[in-house]
Amino acid sequence: MDWSFPINISTQGVGIDNMFWLIFWITGAAFLIVEVGVLWFLWKYRARDGHKARYTHGHLGAEIIWTTIPAVTMVALGIMSGQMWADIRSPSSFPENALTIGVSAKQFEWNVTYPGADRVLGNEDDFTIRNRFEFPVDEPVIVRLESEDVIHSFFIPEMRVKQDAVPGMTIPIWFEATQTGEFQIACAELCGLGHYRMRARVVVHEADAFNRWYDEHTGAAQVAAAD
Amino acid sequence: MSFRDSTWVALFAAVALGCGGGDGDAGSSDGGGDAGSDAPAAAPAVDPAIAATVSGTVSFTGTAPAGTAIDMSEEPACAEKHTTTPMIQPVRVGDGGGLGDVFVYVKEGLGDMTFPTPAAAAVLDQNGCEYAPHVVGVMAGQDLNIRNSDPVLHNINTQPEINRGFNVSQPRAGMESTRTFRDAEVMIPVKCDVHGWMNAYIGVTDNPYHAVSSADGSFTISGLPPGEYVIEAWHATLGVSTQTITVGDAETGTADFSFSEDMAGGPVPMGETVDLAHPAGHTAG
Amino acid sequence: MATMMAEPTGVPVRVEEHPQSFIRKYIFSTDHKIIGIQFLFTCLFFLLIGGLLAVMLRFQLGFPGATMPGGSLLPETMAPDGIILPEFYNSLVTMHGTFMVFFAVMPLLVGVYANYLIPVQIGTHDMAFPRLNMMSYWMFLVSGLIMLSSFWVIGGASASGWTQYAPLSASPEASGVSTGQILWIVSIAIFAFSSLLGSVNYITTIINQRAPGMTWLRLPLVIWTLFITAILGLLAIPVLTAALIMLLFDQTIGTTFFLPDTGGQPLLWQHLFWFFGHPEVYILILPGMGFVSEIIANGSRKPIFGYKSMVYAIIAIAGLGFIVWGHHMFQSGMNPALGMSFMITTLIIAVPSAIKVFNWMGTMWGGSIRFHTPFLFAVGFVMLFAIGGFSGIFMASSPVDIFIHDTYFIVAHIHYVLFGGSLFAIFGAIYYWFPKMFGRMINETAGKIHFFLTFVLFNLVFFPMHGLGMAGMMRRIYEPAQYEHLSGIQDTNTMVSWAAFGLFASGLYFMVLFFWSLFKGKPAPENPWEATTLEWTLPSPPMHGNWKELPTVYHGPYEYSHPDMEKDWLLQNERPDVVSPAHH
Repeated sequence: MDWSFPINISTQGVGIDNMFWLIFWITGAAFLIVEVGVLWFLWKYRARDGHKARYTHGHLGAEIIWTTIPAVTMVALGIMSGQMWADIRSPSSFPENALTIGVSAKQFEWNVTYPGADRVLGNEDDFTIRNRFEFPVDEPVIVRLESEDVIHSFFIPEMRVKQDAVPGMTIPIWFEATQTGEFQIACAELCGLGHYRMRARVVVHEADAFNRWYDEHTGAAQVAAAD
Repeated sequence: MSFRDSTWVALFAAVALGCGGGDGDAGSSDGGGDAGSDAPAAAPAVDPAIAATVSGTVSFTGTAPAGTAIDMSEEPACAEKHTTTPMIQPVRVGDGGGLGDVFVYVKEGLGDMTFPTPAAAAVLDQNGCEYAPHVVGVMAGQDLNIRNSDPVLHNINTQPEINRGFNVSQPRAGMESTRTFRDAEVMIPVKCDVHGWMNAYIGVTDNPYHAVSSADGSFTISGLPPGEYVIEAWHATLGVSTQTITVGDAETGTADFSFSEDMAGGPVPMGETVDLAHPAGHTAG
Repeated sequence: MATMMAEPTGVPVRVEEHPQSFIRKYIFSTDHKIIGIQFLFTCLFFLLIGGLLAVMLRFQLGFPGATMPGGSLLPETMAPDGIILPEFYNSLVTMHGTFMVFFAVMPLLVGVYANYLIPVQIGTHDMAFPRLNMMSYWMFLVSGLIMLSSFWVIGGASASGWTQYAPLSASPEASGVSTGQILWIVSIAIFAFSSLLGSVNYITTIINQRAPGMTWLRLPLVIWTLFITAILGLLAIPVLTAALIMLLFDQTIGTTFFLPDTGGQPLLWQHLFWFFGHPEVYILILPGMGFVSEIIANGSRKPIFGYKSMVYAIIAIAGLGFIVWGHHMFQSGMNPALGMSFMITTLIIAVPSAIKVFNWMGTMWGGSIRFHTPFLFAVGFVMLFAIGGFSGIFMASSPVDIFIHDTYFIVAHIHYVLFGGSLFAIFGAIYYWFPKMFGRMINETAGKIHFFLTFVLFNLVFFPMHGLGMAGMMRRIYEPAQYEHLSGIQDTNTMVSWAAFGLFASGLYFMVLFFWSLFKGKPAPENPWEATTLEWTLPSPPMHGNWKELPTVYHGPYEYSHPDMEKDWLLQNERPDVVSPAHH
């Protein structure tokens, strides 16, 4: 049984995981207070002969306490999460001069478009590979996400990245891998009968291995499969 | 009546009515319709003694475009079925210059004649993440048996203009689905959305007189009533070529077709109704 | 609030004494109690359907590709040789959500109990618009039957998820479903109209027909929650209806509101849907909170702790509920700056929910607790809803949501809220008001067995789903093992499926118990739980028109264990000279 996160290989994932565990411990404490409290009350205040319930309509102090503590906690979590969210998603957080790769989803495949030798996406020497997403480690990568038909969601669990691909929109996201290896893109938004196996190979290379791979493809004519 | 009795009544009013919806129009779930199965009993059987045959060869001149290699690494179960690199080969030319995967059929000349639907099903297999055959012909109303020989998901997404399309999946090896098309239509594209390189074409005719050229370009259409026919040859990227041929009693006529590289990029008819046997108004798409 | 505090007038309604024909009395009835009971039977039927769909989809997840027992009865387009197809699986997921949300939980809360309880708890003869009420039920039934029939049309039932994200829902080429999709839209549009009729009725009745002395702050919390729920429905459901009509046009007459090719915008659907959908979430929980408040006060023999703060929390939830919808869309491609503001509002909406949980605990504190079946379900609600609330905080934090969005973590969350929350509250309500509705008791031991089975199995089904979500298992996938990162979770899925079958069986046990008690249960006294609100002053079951003479209300709704009194409950219409009105 595997009930925890897959390994994390992205710079952004560290913060995301830490935030998850922070919330886990806070809500875990609240969970214990509520569940143990309820069970304890159930036992302690069970009906017994000669005991009558306490007649009270409430207590203002208690109300203030259990309004304020959650409110302060929530606002604090909000501020921390907001900062992290901005670091990941706000337009100003995007690194400059990052390798930019286009990913276009369609039922049920991911077409990855790499910039050609000029390393600029969107001109003629771009090349597209079906279901293979390769990029270098320790270097920020920007993905420009598109969809040809319905909404898909670009999910690489180990990279802690998920973003819907919406037809008619180009949505940029960025991330940076900290480890090499082979992973998968998964589709996280119901997109039709093949949703459950809309996957693509992700390969994170060492920088020079990536450059070799890249030169091979920019040099020759392109392997394309599906249009 | 006491209130408690009302419980019974409300129960039946509400729930029994609810159950009633359950058994609606079950069974009408076949994607293809079944109009072809009631072929008229009075169909004119062609006397075998006088039945004619049209055969010939489809040839290709010029240089066939280079194929594209398919990266099947994502489906090891399919990749291991191939001894050579699987290719997308839009123009398949045999050793003698014959052109395969050409759909040849009687386009005109049968008039109002109707024919019994063949009892045997046509087969479209998915094997090694490729369709086999690439082009298949069926008669309207004839069963098309679609099989999955791969242990991976395929979906058979047909995109007809005239018939009702279907998109059925086969997630496991050994699955079979049977579908029919009600109306003649040349051709119906088929694709698998899981494997973008997979495509095939289904030709649906009103009569049993159609064939697909084999790898060497040869084809045979037999059992024809004697007469004069317009025969059309259809290729997925090169378009169509037609010729008129007359065959007498028990004769074998030869109809050779020739396609060339110049035809690539020209119009390829798709989703057209065929045969004058159909009233003109039937083409509604 | 000044105008709301105005003294109610208790509009006199003619009590019909003449005998009614059979059909008018029991089928095309305008009696709110009969309509409530009609809703109850219909909803239980749809609940069963929703459960059956869940069993089928759990079968596929527990035993991928195996032949489902009895599956060969299904047509070849759903499950050839009993093997569920991916497209049918998508329909199962879609229709399970649809039936549970729209045809089971929501009408169980509102259709059944708003209809049944509003007049008897506020002290009036019937709803303000009895004929609209009848129409509301029949439209509901029609919409449910249309939805059910869509399984048998060509192409099958809608397969684009209960949230119906466009363009999948708008384009038959993409989903493979055409007629079924149109039926989905038409059905929900009729359902929406039915809900609107209900909302108008509940709001009007509560504002105008409270018994003499039933001031706003003497209303039972059930009425408060139903009132706020009706307002939410009135404001949110028209937005859904508009969106549905646009979707229907995209499907049928070629408009492109949600199709990008000619200028449409897929995200527009999500904004419209969730502008309805998030208030809808509170429609699905608030009445449950009302039931639980009622039952916990009764079981604890104490006035509800912090009545006013409960009321303010309900109003706060309703208000905030309209400005949090974007938290469903953090990963949708919506402007990230919007994500920031929706995150803050979403985290803040956790506060009123927390207040309610603490107030329920405060109610139990110092009580003299009677463990009757409704009370067990109410406590189950508190314990499970709390977990659902906590897991919501993870998703409210937008960076954390990046990973757990669209995974089983959210599936766990929604089921802790809608099953552990709403459905436990509904079970509690059924046990609690069954004696009043049908004049018979449900056997306590049998009810407690149902509670323990449901509680244990529920947690076995849904708690592991948090883990599945953390492992990265996406929602709505037919066979998780297709992905490398999910290769290790089959054991968990199989265990969850077995528990889900058990949970379904416990539901069947409840159905049997329910119908058995309907005819064989012990006759119920007027006030079996020794409760305080007005319905318990009526015979079980109450007569047509409820009261010959309207009651007068002297104090708040939960006067339990008053120190000056021998018995530990004081009905709302009992004279205050017996005891001084200690309430506010």
